[in-house]
Amino acid sequence: MDGNEQLNVTGLTGIELNFPIAGPGSRSYAFVIDWHIRLLLSLAWLSGSWMLLRVFGRGDPKFFAGSSGLIIGWPALMIYLLYHPALELLMHGRTPGKRMAGVRLVTQRGGQPSAGAILTRNVFRLVDALPGLYLVGLIACLSTAQRVRIGDMAAGTILVIDNTESARALARIPSLVAKSGLDPRVIELASELLERWPSLSIERRTALARALFTRINPALSIDALATVSDADLRQRLRDLLPAAA
Amino acid sequence: MNSPTNGSTSAWIRSRERVWAEWSSTKRLPPRGLRVDQAQSYVEQYRALAGDLATARRLLPQSTTTAALESLYAASHTAIDRSSRQTLSSLRTLLLIRIPETMRVLRPAILWIALLFMSSAGAGFWLIAQYPELIGLVASSSMIDKVEHGQLWTEGLLNVAPSSMISLHILSNNIVVSLFAFCAGIFFGLGAIYITAINGLMLGALFAYTHQHGLDGELLKFVLAHGPVELSVMCIAAAAGSELGESLIRPDAPTRRESFHRAANRIGPALIACALLLIICGFIEGYISPDPAFPLGARAVIGLCYWILMLLFLRGSLHTAPAAKV
Repeated sequence: MDGNEQLNVTGLTGIELNFPIAGPGSRSYAFVIDWHIRLLLSLAWLSGSWMLLRVFGRGDPKFFAGSSGLIIGWPALMIYLLYHPALELLMHGRTPGKRMAGVRLVTQRGGQPSAGAILTRNVFRLVDALPGLYLVGLIACLSTAQRVRIGDMAAGTILVIDNTESARALARIPSLVAKSGLDPRVIELASELLERWPSLSIERRTALARALFTRINPALSIDALATVSDADLRQRLRDLLPAAA
Repeated sequence: MNSPTNGSTSAWIRSRERVWAEWSSTKRLPPRGLRVDQAQSYVEQYRALAGDLATARRLLPQSTTTAALESLYAASHTAIDRSSRQTLSSLRTLLLIRIPETMRVLRPAILWIALLFMSSAGAGFWLIAQYPELIGLVASSSMIDKVEHGQLWTEGLLNVAPSSMISLHILSNNIVVSLFAFCAGIFFGLGAIYITAINGLMLGALFAYTHQHGLDGELLKFVLAHGPVELSVMCIAAAAGSELGESLIRPDAPTRRESFHRAANRIGPALIACALLLIICGFIEGYISPDPAFPLGARAVIGLCYWILMLLFLRGSLHTAPAAKV
């Protein structure tokens, strides 16, 4: 998926909102997690109720035969079939799988889908799942601009990326700016560099750190910082961000 | 909010420290049932967020601060832009107003689909009456075997499973078939038409086959109590599906996708009506239809009464409008 695919909505104040659209990868990831959860829940019910029935229905095979379908089979089937609509309704467009995949459902206006929209979306799983392995849904998702399956088209819903991590960063930015006295852009660069430090090669991260320090203090030269070790550069970056963990 | 000048980005960010900390800790999705002042504070926060986002986009484009504000603004927008709570009154509106309205819209399509169903049933009857060997196309070998031994496949159903199980199995199966007939409308309505034709053909063929073995009366006795409503519901679901197809063939919106969405939204209540009617059908089919204790007359009365009840429900006639106060 093109990483720039976005749902652009004009907010109620006139300021534009940009929702990054979840692609087939995020969708599939969320679905696989949810599928495992609902399968495990159904199996847990099946085995639990089967054991209970064996205990309470001992010596009465008629009771066991008559009740087994109602008490064992149907609730398990209902858990499996109603997992998506029930949880999307209760969790406002999310499911545990969607939460783990970092996606959520919104309407075309960026709002919360109504109960009717969620039910419609889930009814159309019958078509999206055709002829097996959600092939129709996957093809629809790959071939539409907003990466939606047929159920989403019918319900007017879109799966977007729920960026909760960046929202959490908002609380610590002002205190970092206040304590360090640095330009906010420099703080962001330093913070990002520290976060990515372990994943970067030594040459790359030391070069970036030196460039950043010369930007903070133009009197310093890259050559002067050439002798500072990798560990020292990292420590100096940490010292720049006093409030950072 | 103070609008910062070019040189005071840091000062602006520092000035927002308390507010942003508060926003970050606020529950992103406010619960329902807020007091007016609480709701207003959410709206105020949304407006303030929009202001800060506009400022951040100008001063710190493509920064963590802007991304964080974007994310909070989006979450706040989703929290505010939501439909009203589904209460008993909205359920009442759905059952008494929206469903009858939808049925009025669907009426011509239902008539055409019913005609198709009857024609297919007639065709199925004729086909098997002329070529009985083709029954293998619509009936399983166990069904054929039972009929050839002078028994209907529904006989002894209660010995195999309890009524509750039969009901649940039947009603869930019928609901899935109806939903599928609706959803299959996505294929330009052809899916709904195909499902109707196949079901009609099968019913006609089975009647012809049981007629040849002198069991048609027994089959009629079996279907009489639940059949009228069940078949009507199938026609309604298929008509709803054909309307979906119509929305794609002749869109009433700038795009087919928008037209499809509108049609699904408009027709949705019909499906809820279908599901409700099929639940009672399932119980009739589980408790009454396979029970030989019920005579033909009683079955006919049940079938007719339930069908009339269905008509009244779908027309919205079950509800009497309150008298206007002067």
